[in-house]
Parts: sequence; structure tokens; C-alpha cells
Amino acid sequence: MTAAPVNPEASQHSHDHVRLEHVEMAYNGRPVLRDLTCRFPRGRISVVLGGSGSGKSTILKLIGGLIHARDGAVYVGERDIGRLSERALYEVRRELGMMFQNGALLDSLSVFDNLAFPLREHTRLSRDEIERQVHERLQAVGLEDVDDLLPRELSGGMVKRVALARALIQSPRVLLVDEPFSGLDPLSTKLIEALLVRINRKYGMTMIVVSHHIPSTLRMADHVVLLLPGGPVQGSPEQLLASADPRVRRFLTEDTDASEDVLAHAEEFEAGEHRPLLEQRRGRKRP
Amino acid sequence: MGVTSMIRALGHGTGDMVESLGRLAVFTGHILRVTLRPPLRLREFVDELFKVGVLSILIICISGLAVGMVLGLQGYNTLVRFGAEGSLGAVVGLSLIRELGPVLTALLTTGRAGSAVTAEIGTMKATEQLDGLRMMAVDPIDYVVRPKAWAMICVMPLLSALFIVTAIFGGYLVGVGLMGIDGGTYMSSLENAVDFGNDVAGSILKAVIFGVLVGLIATYQGFAAAPTSAGVSAATTSTVVIASVSVLIFDYFITALWGV
Repeated sequence: MTAAPVNPEASQHSHDHVRLEHVEMAYNGRPVLRDLTCRFPRGRISVVLGGSGSGKSTILKLIGGLIHARDGAVYVGERDIGRLSERALYEVRRELGMMFQNGALLDSLSVFDNLAFPLREHTRLSRDEIERQVHERLQAVGLEDVDDLLPRELSGGMVKRVALARALIQSPRVLLVDEPFSGLDPLSTKLIEALLVRINRKYGMTMIVVSHHIPSTLRMADHVVLLLPGGPVQGSPEQLLASADPRVRRFLTEDTDASEDVLAHAEEFEAGEHRPLLEQRRGRKRP
Repeated sequence: MGVTSMIRALGHGTGDMVESLGRLAVFTGHILRVTLRPPLRLREFVDELFKVGVLSILIICISGLAVGMVLGLQGYNTLVRFGAEGSLGAVVGLSLIRELGPVLTALLTTGRAGSAVTAEIGTMKATEQLDGLRMMAVDPIDYVVRPKAWAMICVMPLLSALFIVTAIFGGYLVGVGLMGIDGGTYMSSLENAVDFGNDVAGSILKAVIFGVLVGLIATYQGFAAAPTSAGVSAATTSTVVIASVSVLIFDYFITALWGV
């Protein structure tokens, strides 16, 4: 099914960098994506939203050519990923960067070597130039003095930031970001969110973010693809918020409320405002 | 279970086996193809030589010594019945060089290094590191699999030689030290019995073939593992079982066909 644009004019494909057309995908016979058509505008932040198991991460893997659609076409620029040989795919992937949900950092390499790895593989840059570029990307994600640390020595938020820096190291034209906020505390979530926006503005790359974190999505996205059981809906955050589609309203309202509720509780927790409640529940008086 | 069900199960099993062999053949072809392509990845290859080879030295030496001592003891007790205890060096040496050295080394290396290779590649798959490499336009078979497979092939004859030497020394300790055979007799019977062109070259050939088997099976199992902890665990077990059985079966055919 084709994604229903909230604004029909928004369906113009002239500025689309990545497109999925009538994509069918199934795992072990279980359908995940059914006749999905959607687009991701060039140079913008697009966020794919949806519930668990709706096929959000599958879309990123399809774009990266890590899996192939059972039917339909996935275009990066004008190239249909599904029709390319593995060798040709490697050429396309040089234009793509991907930040995996759990980082996917090479665990036998230090942070520096993880970032330097793609440069050593694909360029003939001098050692000094590689070092300069690695440190520039690390600074871009707000990290310093982590060169010699191994991935297992990093916190969850740091792993995400190193993974983001590595995804940026080859200056990709399309950055694929899988669940950047999962497993992060509210502060780290906001930090990653700000980083993604800043990187998009600085490098001007097309960014496709998969997330189920609605508050961040609504703040950072230029374009949203919402995967819903009855079919996907796409448009700008403002268009989605103004949508009369009951499925969109239910998804955004319920999840936004839930997320804001969690955030509010987390802020209370950090401020120590939870203490009276806890003590009240325990039947004790506040000292 | 009815006859139809049995035939169906047999058909499925055969089909799966043929499919696995086909995938293994494609995988092997891929390794050979990337082997001929630069970069050579010498650093990764040396790292793997260390992990597969150097870290296996202790277990190989201890096992070799123990096997040699048992062979020396059993050999002496048997030979002394015929008054042929002077041939202990030849019996120990020939059985180790022609058969036990390469086979036991392959089995030990499968248990220690082969399972580790499978677990490492399987874990890299489960943690999306292999997909991460692909997204960085790096072929994981080139970067991860090739150095490990070639290290296994190169290391196996060396470990086998080490096993044989320590085992011969173990036999010497028992035969000469405990049982009182003359040291010169032990060594000269060994030297006279062993033919380099036939026995030693055959031993090296066997070890190389076992290295190919263990290297391919261990890397393939890791690469084909289901990306879960249970999947990695199952793949590791499969490596040990399949590689061990394959080594024993191939050993028979190599011996039968080439007489080594």
C-alpha cells in the first residue's frame, strides 16, 4: 500500500533521495512490509515511526542492501538496490553511513581504530590526516580522550556517539540511524537528538532515522513516515499532528502522552521530587 | 513413525545436507576469490596465527607428552613379549608421524581454536558487526574469515609437528627413563624406521588437509550461525562435532587412497 501523504503535494519525488516502491518483505513467511511505498527527501531528517515489529529497522536494512525485498524496488538516487550485485552494492554503500542500534563497533578495536578503519580501508590518507579526521568526528559528537578505550569500556550513550562518529567518517550522502534513543536516559536522548540535528545542518546529508521515541521525532524531523497497521502515513510533523486520521491521532497522542509521562517522571526522579511519594508509599515520614 | 514420514524425513535431511554442502562450496569459492585480491591483511593474519597457533601450544605440548608416554608404556609392554623392545622408538615414531600426530592435533585444535573461531564470528554476526562491516563497504569474508581460515591451514602442520616431537620425547621418557631401554637404541630405531619422503611428507599433507577442513568448517559455522546466543552456542557445538567427525573420515580416505 502506498503511504497516504497528509498533504498530496508532498508526494512529488523530484527531491527524494531514497524511495521505496511497493516493497514486500517477509521473515520466514511472516509478512513485515506489505506493498510499502514511501520516500525520504534529500538533505532532510526523515524519521520512520511505528510500533514494535512494524518493520522500521527492516527499511534501513533494505536501503543498505543488507537484505533484499521479496518484491518491489528500493532506490538510492536512481539506483535500484535490489538489482545490484554484491560488488556494486559495496560501491553504493560508500555513499551510505549506518549507525546501528547497538553500535556494531568492532569489539577488538579501540575507539580510534574503529573510526580510522573505513579510512584505512578505502583511502590513501596519511596517518596524520586520518588522525585529524577521526578527532574531528569525535569532537562533532562531543567525545574527547576516548581514543584508546575499547567498545566494552564505553557507556551506552558513548557507544551510540562513537557509532554515529564512525557512520560519519566517510562523509556519507545518506545516514541511516537505527533507534538512536533506545536504552538511553532522558539527558542522553536529548544529547543524541541535538547531535543528529546539528550534524544534519552541518553536513547537509539525507538522514533516515528509525525511532519509536515520539517527542524527539516531533522535534527533530523534517519528514515522518508513520508505519501503521492499516498502511503507512507520511508528511511533516506539523501535518501529522494536524491529521484527522484517527489512526495517526491515536498513535501520536497515546505515545506522546506516554513518552512525556516517562520524561516527566524521569525529571522528577532526577530532581528528587519522587522522594515524598516513595516515603508516603512506605508509610514513613520525610526526615 | 510411518514409512512415509521416515522417507519424508530422510528426504528433508538429504536436501538440507546437499544445500549446506552447496553453501559451503560457495563460501569456499568466496574465500579463494578474496584471497587473490589485495590487500593481503598480513596484520590480521599474524593476529590469527597467534590466537590459533601460539595459544594452542600449551595444550598441544601437554597432550603430546601424555600421548607419547602412554604409547611408550603400552608399546614397551607389548614389544617386550616378543623381545622386540628395542623397536620402541620405531613404533612410537611411526604411529605418531603417520597417524596420531596429525589426527589428535586436528581434534585438539578443533576443540580449542575451531570452536573459538566459530564463537567469535557468530558473536560478530549476532552483534551486527558483520553487517557493520558490509555497511562500511568491507567484505566480512575478506576481513574476518580469510585470515582465520588461512591461519588454521598454516598452523595445523606446525602444531602437528610440535605434538609429534613432544610425544616422541614422552615415549623416550618412559622407554628410556622408566623401562631402561638404551637411549641410542630408541633414537636409532626411530631414525631407521621413518622415511622422510613417505612418512613425514604424508604427515604434513594430512595436517594441511585437516587444517583446511577445520578452518572451513569453523568459519562457515560461525558465518551461518543464527544471530542469537543459542544460535552461536549451537554453531560452536556443530563445529566441534562436524570437524572432528570429518577429520576422522578424511583420515581414513587419505590413508586408503594415498597410503600415508
